[in-house]
Amino acid sequence: MKKVYINSIASISAQKTFENTSFLNEIEDHEANVITVINPKYKDFIPPAAARRMAKGIKMGVVASKLALKEAGLERVDAIITGTGMGCVRDSEKFVSAIIDNDEQYLTPTSFIQSTHNTVGGQIALDLQCKGYNFTYVHASNSFESALLDAKLQLELNEEKNILIGGVDELGDHTTAIHKIVDHIKTEPVKVSQVLKANTKGAVFGEGANFFVLSNEKNPSSYAEVVALKTYNTLPENEVLQEALQFLKENNLSINDIDLLVLGNNGDVDFDTYYHTLSKGFQNVAIANYKHISGEFNTASSFGFWLASKILKTQTIPEVVKGNNTTTASIKTILLYNQYRGENHSFTVLQQC
Amino acid sequence: MSKGVAITGMGIISAIGNNVAENYQSLIQGKKGISRVSKIKTNHVNDIMVGEIDFTNKNLEQQLALPADNNYSRTALLGAIAAKEAITNAGITNINAYKTGLVSATSVGGMDMTERYYYDYLENKESQKYIEGHHAGDSSQKIAEQLGIEKSLVTTISTACSSAANAIMLGARLIKSGQLDRVVVGGTDCLSKFTINGFKTLMILSDTYNTPFDENRKGLNLGEAAAYLVLESDKVVQAENKKVLAYVKGYGNANDAYHQTASSENGDGATLAMQKALHVADYNPEDIDYINAHGTATGNNDLSEGRAIIRIFGENVPDFSSTKAYTGHTLAAAGAIEAVYSVLALQNNVIYPNLNFKTQMKEFNITPQLELKEKPLQTIMSNSFGFGGNCSTVIFSKEQ
Repeated sequence: MKKVYINSIASISAQKTFENTSFLNEIEDHEANVITVINPKYKDFIPPAAARRMAKGIKMGVVASKLALKEAGLERVDAIITGTGMGCVRDSEKFVSAIIDNDEQYLTPTSFIQSTHNTVGGQIALDLQCKGYNFTYVHASNSFESALLDAKLQLELNEEKNILIGGVDELGDHTTAIHKIVDHIKTEPVKVSQVLKANTKGAVFGEGANFFVLSNEKNPSSYAEVVALKTYNTLPENEVLQEALQFLKENNLSINDIDLLVLGNNGDVDFDTYYHTLSKGFQNVAIANYKHISGEFNTASSFGFWLASKILKTQTIPEVVKGNNTTTASIKTILLYNQYRGENHSFTVLQQC
Repeated sequence: MSKGVAITGMGIISAIGNNVAENYQSLIQGKKGISRVSKIKTNHVNDIMVGEIDFTNKNLEQQLALPADNNYSRTALLGAIAAKEAITNAGITNINAYKTGLVSATSVGGMDMTERYYYDYLENKESQKYIEGHHAGDSSQKIAEQLGIEKSLVTTISTACSSAANAIMLGARLIKSGQLDRVVVGGTDCLSKFTINGFKTLMILSDTYNTPFDENRKGLNLGEAAAYLVLESDKVVQAENKKVLAYVKGYGNANDAYHQTASSENGDGATLAMQKALHVADYNPEDIDYINAHGTATGNNDLSEGRAIIRIFGENVPDFSSTKAYTGHTLAAAGAIEAVYSVLALQNNVIYPNLNFKTQMKEFNITPQLELKEKPLQTIMSNSFGFGGNCSTVIFSKEQ
């Protein structure tokens, strides 16, 4: 079996990440309960006429994919695998509300077409003229992990050489409004620096696109090796630690090998306990958190994956993501853990390469 | 590594039957399930025809013995019914005796409830339970729960109308690579105002019975359905002495990279998908005995697919037919519906007629199978194509 490497990374997030020149030095200290991305200049990448028609999710996905390919020094990839929890949700909202408001009349197809979940993957294929394998996973907080698993299997078996994977989700006003009603979004605006200790129900919602070129050929600029990944539809809180240890064991690793835990806690008092339970078992291990700076969305864990990749390559942990005071001389192995509202858990191990 | 990917059980609910046996009877009797829409209030009721399942949501909830406060979308209800039949059919009593996962496909997800309660959510506490049921993964989580799948791999694929074929493909890969011993794969989609109006704006809905591969085809009929197959590794088949219904022998996915909704004129993506599937199966085109075509009866699909079939098979195109005239186009579920029909064809050595065909298409001279045909079948190719240029082919075989 071949090894799998992360050969490039690209992130459009609520922070200044898309240029990939600095590493979270300057933090956008949003004070909100919904945070949007810092947009790149889309017209630098997409002809303005085309960009005007495109949903934000498509624009973010297309630009992030272009950045990822550029950094990998590739003109094309063999396959494109995307994850998205909600797809281009604004177009879904637009089409549903138009059906209701106009009593099924005067509808146009654009928003219907863009509401299709694989529209981002399809547009990237069109843009790159990539006729290869093209899948879209839409499984809540395991959407990105499903894409990662699929790519990893194909690269390990040497079925493909370079695969573009990514996680993308956009915010939509109506979706945000109804999630506020059911307390999935915090009722009050919170500062980035306070989100994780807010001790209140719900999360700060966000959006973003994080894309990567994975390859079974390492190159001098590779970020990390994807060592292992496992997803779970359910996992009781009292089994999270035990399952993490079992997962490490299956991959010939133990707690002692882990230099950093990257956790997906989002400041929701009802569900962060899963992360606390896990980290209690990793007593002297450094911790990094990221959802306070990216916001929570179905593919937010792809931002965690971006963060872990960059930490391994630069060997620095930005101040803003440090979750405890534990220091570590070198960072060789990172364990990522994510879940959303107690469902769809994942463990991922990345290693320096 | 498991060499074979065995199909050991299947379940289905569609406009032509509430289980596998009923679907088969309708198929061989040429009984279509297309009618006027009755369960969705739409202004287009007299302009379209659909493949609708008789049961109301209440009926389905009762069959599943769900509590009154459940928040199942119709997509989840249909999926749970079909997936449970598949598990029973495979003779599985302890689902967690082997590493078992679920790969489900959907495009509509919980949209049926979202469109019903869209503004109501803002005011009415009672409907708010459906908010969490909107995202596509929710139906899969519920189906997994219904099957008793815990702490395992459960995921959802949404690549429009090729989704379920892709779910079968991922399932086969997970078995072959040893990630799982058993995977339930398939898809589910219910009818919704959203899809009715969406396809209406694209002007590809027929106002009468759909007529695949007919020169005068007017477009598709939407359908609702769910179907699941149980895939098992050699290890499980041997240990449990399982009866194998058929094998997933080959699969291929490619992108047309031509247009967001239309297929390329010569079916580049479709051709690639069929080529890849033949390659994975290690078959030549002449090894295929029957093609269950995507055949949606839109002007664009049938021309593009027909040309792609000719590109692969040349002068020797095997018997082919589309079963969309029976069920309507069931979107993300279609690949699984037609997988079940393909396995039934293999088991019974029959080819289903392509209903409603009258006039030969003028662009080529291939004609679908028009009558029920009995013939020994070894291998069947099934095509599914979707928006976003997504093209998928799966090959089913009697041999491992």
